[in-house]
This record gives sequence, C-alpha cells and structure tokens, in this order.
Amino acid sequence: MGRKVGIEVSIAAAEAVGLCDVDVVAAYPITPQTHVVEHLSELCATGELDAEFVPVESEHSAMSVCCGSAAAGARTFTATAAQGLALMSEIVFIASSMRLPIVMFLANRALSSPLSIWNDHSDTMMVRDSGWIQVFCENGQEVYDAIFHSFRVAEDPQVSLPVMINVDGFNLTHVIEPIEFWTKEMAQKYIPPFKPLYRLDPDKVVSMGAFGMPEIYAEAKMSQDQALWNSYPIIKQAWDELAVLTGRKYSPVELYKTEGAETLIVGMGTICETASLAVDKMREQGEKVGLVKLRLWRPLPIDDIKNALAGAKNLLVLDRAVSFGAANAPVTTEIQSIMYHEKDRPNIYNVVAGLGGRDVTPEDIIKMLEAALANKNQGYNIYGVRG
Amino acid sequence: MTKSMEQISWQEIEAGGVITEPGNASCYHTGTWRSQKPKYDENACIRCWRCYVMCPDAAISPDLENNIFVWNYDYCKGCGICAYECPAKAIVMEED
Ligand code: SF4
Ligand code: SF4
Repeated sequence: MGRKVGIEVSIAAAEAVGLCDVDVVAAYPITPQTHVVEHLSELCATGELDAEFVPVESEHSAMSVCCGSAAAGARTFTATAAQGLALMSEIVFIASSMRLPIVMFLANRALSSPLSIWNDHSDTMMVRDSGWIQVFCENGQEVYDAIFHSFRVAEDPQVSLPVMINVDGFNLTHVIEPIEFWTKEMAQKYIPPFKPLYRLDPDKVVSMGAFGMPEIYAEAKMSQDQALWNSYPIIKQAWDELAVLTGRKYSPVELYKTEGAETLIVGMGTICETASLAVDKMREQGEKVGLVKLRLWRPLPIDDIKNALAGAKNLLVLDRAVSFGAANAPVTTEIQSIMYHEKDRPNIYNVVAGLGGRDVTPEDIIKMLEAALANKNQGYNIYGVRG
Repeated sequence: MTKSMEQISWQEIEAGGVITEPGNASCYHTGTWRSQKPKYDENACIRCWRCYVMCPDAAISPDLENNIFVWNYDYCKGCGICAYECPAKAIVMEED
C-alpha cells in the first residue's frame, strides 16, 4: 500500500498520470486545469517521467496530437476545461468514433459568456453525446484513483474508447486533501501494457478515419454505440479489481443513507459531498431522505439507476448545467426517461444549482428540497436566481 | 476481397471504422455518378499528359504500346476536368 500525502488534487492527478507510464501528454494550459499540465511538464522536464510533452498551440491541436499518438499505439493523456473543450470538440467526437483510448482530465468549468473561470458542468454536457466514457469524482482520492482506472478501461481491447474524468474546477482541482498514493508496482500490476486493436504501422498498413458513405455511416454509428454500451462490464470489473488492490470500492451509482428513504437526492460530482451533509442534517431531524450519487454518466448505468431509485416517492435531481430551451436539465432528462416506464413513478423535481461557481451549501440543498416538495414545480428551476 | 459497403453489417465494421485492406476505395465505382462522358480524339492529342495528371480519380492511363491514352469508365465520374485542361481540344464531353 502506498503512502498518504496531503496534496493539491491537480498535482496528485498529474503524479498518478506519471505512475501510469504515459507516453505522450499534449495539452494547452487553461484555468482551472493548469496545475495538472504544469506539473506534468515539470515531471517530463526533470526526467522523472519519460514521456513526450507536446506544448501545442491550441486545444484543437492538443486533441489532434492525442488522436495521432493513440493511433500510433502510445499511451496518451490530455487535460482541459470549458473553452478549451469547446475548441477541441471537433476532434473529441473523432477520438471516440475512431476508438482511440485517450484519457482526459476535464476540470469542469462554466462556458462563456459571460466569461467565467468557475465551476459547473456546462462544458462536459456540451460533449455529452460525443461517445466518450464519462465519469464524475467527488473528492481527491477518487480523482487520483480514476486516473489509473481510466487508463485501464480505455485501453482494454474490449473497450478501446476515450475516457473523460470530470473534476469540478477549483472546488476539487485546487483543494488540498489527504490522498493515498499508489506505488509503481501497483500501477504496473493494474494497467497492462497498451496493446492497441490497430495502430499506424508501416509493416502492417491500415487506413484510419476513412470516408463513410450513406450506405455505411449508420452501421458505423451502431458499432460505436454498442462499443460504448459494452464498456460497462469492463468499467465495473476494473473498479472491482481496484478495490482488491486499494480497499476502495467504486460503483457506477453509489448510495448514501438511502435505507427507507421516501425522498432521494440525485447528483454528480462534488455537490454530492454537500448533499451528504444536508442528508445528515435532515436524517437527524427524522426525515426519510437519502442521496444517490451518479459516478458513471456515459454509458448511463440505467439498471443501477432504476434499482437505486426504486421505491422512492420523490426525487430531487441536482443539475449543474442548463439545457437551454429543453424540457429539463441533462441529468433530470435521463432520470425522467428511465423512470417513466416504472410502475410506481416517483415525482421528479429538477433544480439547476451552482452555475458558474455559485456556492451551494448544505442549507441550500435543504431549502431546494423543501421548496420542491411544497411547490411541486414541473420543469427546471435555477436555484437562488434573484428577481 | 473486401465486401462492398451495402453488404457490411454493423458487427462486421472494424473498431473505429479502420480499414484493414487499404485501397478498398477501388471497390466503389465512382463511374456511376457520371452524366457526361469524355470522348478522346487520338489524332488531335499532342501527348502532353496533362489529362493524366489532372484527373482526380486516376481514371486515365497511358497505353504506351499504342501511344494513346485510355479511360477507365468504372471510375471516370464525368467531372470534365480533363476536357477543360486539354490544350489540344482532344477531349470533349458528351451526354452519357
Ligand atoms: S471526366 Fe473527370 S474523372 Fe473522367 S477522366 Fe476526365 S478528369 Fe477523370
Ligand atoms: S491533355 Fe489532351 S493533348 Fe494532353 S495528353 Fe491529354 S488528351 Fe492529349
């Protein structure tokens, strides 16, 4: 077992990438992802990490380099946030369609405008339908462990897909937490050498990224969609093996004080830590409230969600992005479409909170819940908006 | 031999749409797009090779033995570039 270190989460994440023996890092610095990239460039500069660090001129180039690198069979990492993700988004979709196992650290940040460097989930929701595996983290240890898990899953020949690790900007990237480190031996045991399904090889020539006529495009998309669904058992298996190695158990959907709960709060990322404090307080007052945390966002763990929410009368779904002009915010839309077919459908209330770094406290979550149960609003509300 | 596109099921698509037999674009006959066809006049031709260089589908090749150029209509999509570029007006486009 590794040592426990008090460390900034971004630096710990970069250290984890180093332990994974990454071959290529191509990234452009952008707040609040900067510390991850800076630390990786230091590790490369000092020779601690024997990797090619490509200081690209834009995020579009960063993801393009990553695609080339993964296609050549190199273990590949990048990190970005908000506008950076927006700029690289063209290639984000190409990475997944070409089944290139890139690992990306996304320091979740609000999209402009107004220009904001602070946290919400509008960036990741922009590429929700890109076909990447998307996981969320709640604390530093989860981020650190997720780096190893993501390389392991992405490069599994049965998966061969890119993985996006969602880390709430500042709320998580910049906090200092005690994190239990892995040893090099643990990392090597957990992540086998990268053996790509196909790679650019002059001795065994293949064509990648070819043209697809109408006669073949639908089949290509079906194959891509199935690949993402098929990653689910591998994602779980890799978490189970991580538990054997570290003692820390992760699941696609995690429950907190849900026994006998009539009302469940559903969320993703750091807001779940806040919500767990709210649940503690409400439980102390005898209220039957619990929390369901969504760790895996794509592929959506439909059955785990159904099982977790079965029997609840009310759901309060916390979204951290607006889907402008839509029936609901993204997480709620999914929960509603999953629960619609259940015999005992719960009441589903949608609150959008914490946009652009607006602080959300446990008291806020209690207020959201009280208001939702009292007003029974349909559609989404943006919590705490003045006027 | 590579299967033609219309026969490939989604299960048969290689991961990421990788093509393991490069050059399989030759299975796709762009000649079916054609509405006009280039007609070659070997007597007017000055053998400058411009049509051969300019054809985007590599549908024109030299027949060195007979000192003429020949057209592969499986791939000639009738774009008219060869006729436009020919300095000797040795190629004219005709209704196909
Ligand atoms: S018409 Fe176009 S495709 Fe056909 S031979 Fe001429 S240049 Fe080539
Ligand atoms: S461009 Fe015209 S003249 Fe030149 S080789 Fe072709 S047909 Fe002959």
